[in-house]
Amino acid sequence: MSLLGPEEWQAVALSLRVALWATLAGLPPGILVAYALARWEFPGKQVLNGLVHLPLILPPVVTGYLLLLTFGTRGPIGAALKEIGIVFAFHWTGAALAAGIMAFPLLVRAIRLSIEAVDPRLEQAGATLGASKLWVFATVTLPLTLPGILSGAILAFAKAMGEFGATITFVSNIPGQTQTLPSAIYAFLQVPGGEASALRLVAVSVAIAMAALIASEVLSRRIAKRVAGA
Amino acid sequence: MSLEVAITHCFGGFQLDIAFEAPPGLTVLFGRSGSGKTTIVNAVAGLLRPDAGRIALGDQVLFDSQRRLWQPPHRRRLGYIFQDARLFPHLTVRQNLLYGRWFAPSDRRPDEFDRVIEMLGIAPLLGRRPGALSGGERQRVAIGRALLAKPRLILADEPLAALDEARKAEILPYFERLRDETRVPILYVSHAPAEVARLATSVVALQDGRVSRHGSATDVLGDPAVTPLGAGAAGAVIEARILRHHDDGLTELEAAGGLRLLIPTVPRAPGTPLRIHIEAQDVMLATRRPEQISALNVLPCRIKALRMGNGPGALVQLDACGNLLLARVTQRSVSTLGLQDGQEVFAVLKAVSVAKGAIAGGPEPG
Repeated sequence: MSLLGPEEWQAVALSLRVALWATLAGLPPGILVAYALARWEFPGKQVLNGLVHLPLILPPVVTGYLLLLTFGTRGPIGAALKEIGIVFAFHWTGAALAAGIMAFPLLVRAIRLSIEAVDPRLEQAGATLGASKLWVFATVTLPLTLPGILSGAILAFAKAMGEFGATITFVSNIPGQTQTLPSAIYAFLQVPGGEASALRLVAVSVAIAMAALIASEVLSRRIAKRVAGA
Repeated sequence: MSLEVAITHCFGGFQLDIAFEAPPGLTVLFGRSGSGKTTIVNAVAGLLRPDAGRIALGDQVLFDSQRRLWQPPHRRRLGYIFQDARLFPHLTVRQNLLYGRWFAPSDRRPDEFDRVIEMLGIAPLLGRRPGALSGGERQRVAIGRALLAKPRLILADEPLAALDEARKAEILPYFERLRDETRVPILYVSHAPAEVARLATSVVALQDGRVSRHGSATDVLGDPAVTPLGAGAAGAVIEARILRHHDDGLTELEAAGGLRLLIPTVPRAPGTPLRIHIEAQDVMLATRRPEQISALNVLPCRIKALRMGNGPGALVQLDACGNLLLARVTQRSVSTLGLQDGQEVFAVLKAVSVAKGAIAGGPEPG
């Protein structure tokens, strides 16, 4: 792409990859946690709810530093994962982890709301027709929750694209490795003559955000119509 | 195969304590709202776990609190027809119908699907989604979906309550066919005496969480002590057979003991068994045979029981050649005429007061 320099293009591509993985990897645990919060009563439910929402309230720098402490190469989890060859620190996967954690509350919130909107009487009907709990979830709850899952995923994707504080604290700002779009914009603004590059990346950010919003609107409208049974 | 239910359950200050056995055929749980009907059906379906008791279908125990046995709903192989249909909105009618088949054992006849579709007349709807169906169509699809799950028991919780009169008349015959054509026992919740009269093989009358009477439709509805909806809605059921059609628009019926009745024409062949629901408020009493009277049915009866109500009314149970009838009269009439148990009286019934909706093909004997 001639509009962007190689370094700028690298940042855009990396950001897309990081946000995509943050969203995809967040979906299964996000659906599970949302279902647990929406439908189950268990001790520690409020603690789980608080933990999930913590990244939304904490300063991102704090979240990033906590990630560094636990998932850094000398952190308890980071050291264990390093043994089996998984490294987060100063690696693009670390950027994805930070973005995923920061986007997780938005994902869970949207999915939880739409699970709560599913009529439990339809799930009962599924059970009387011979479907086990897992089948009821797969054939009734999940399809009816699809619009919420989709809008949650888009929201999480957008949040992951824009994540800055936790990412730069956890994995720093290494071009080609951990320099995502926001950190690239930040870096360009720090050097003389970088404003032009920064502006181009800002334009790209706006374009990606708009595209995501429009896509989510169109898709969720189509799915909502399907789910409404019209 | 019959269903045995004996459960106690306490919730929100309401105590349910019932026991009954539902034989093959259609058993109606009859009572006003709040009498525990839906709780019983949900307990049988496994959607609710009662405090204590036992539920068994044939030799399959669904719930036994003493043996700590509990089968989850999806293992019970039931067809539950809900009042609000509960079709899956994200699936087409065809997918809804086939939903239960996925989970049912696969030893079914391949023509079952076509047979059910044909019986319910829903072939034109298969490609549509539930949102585009009328209330009556939705309920027909719900019946089909329950049937195609190959149930060992069908549960129906006021399946007609959400429908208007025309739609009710459209669905009722399907339940009659279900009762007569499938061998599966049906547990049917209702608070409408006309539905009970038309459909019930046996009736379990419920009052305040208890079984107040259990027996055949003629016995239960003809009992003045069983008026779960108040005396105003009381009415007896007579099982009869078409004797002949008269050319002035009347049909003559013959009931047990040679009792003859004239009602507006029923377009069925002579010999067809019929059930008619006669509301207590349509029956008048006379101590001598009335003459020069427009009412066509004057039936000699004997008073079997008298039951004074709390208001001005009284319910009189009559034995007309072995058929039970109910008459609703005032207590003043009871004292003026000097009515008492065992007295011979005449019941007067206008032919036109037997409403069309109250006439149904009776269950074939045996």
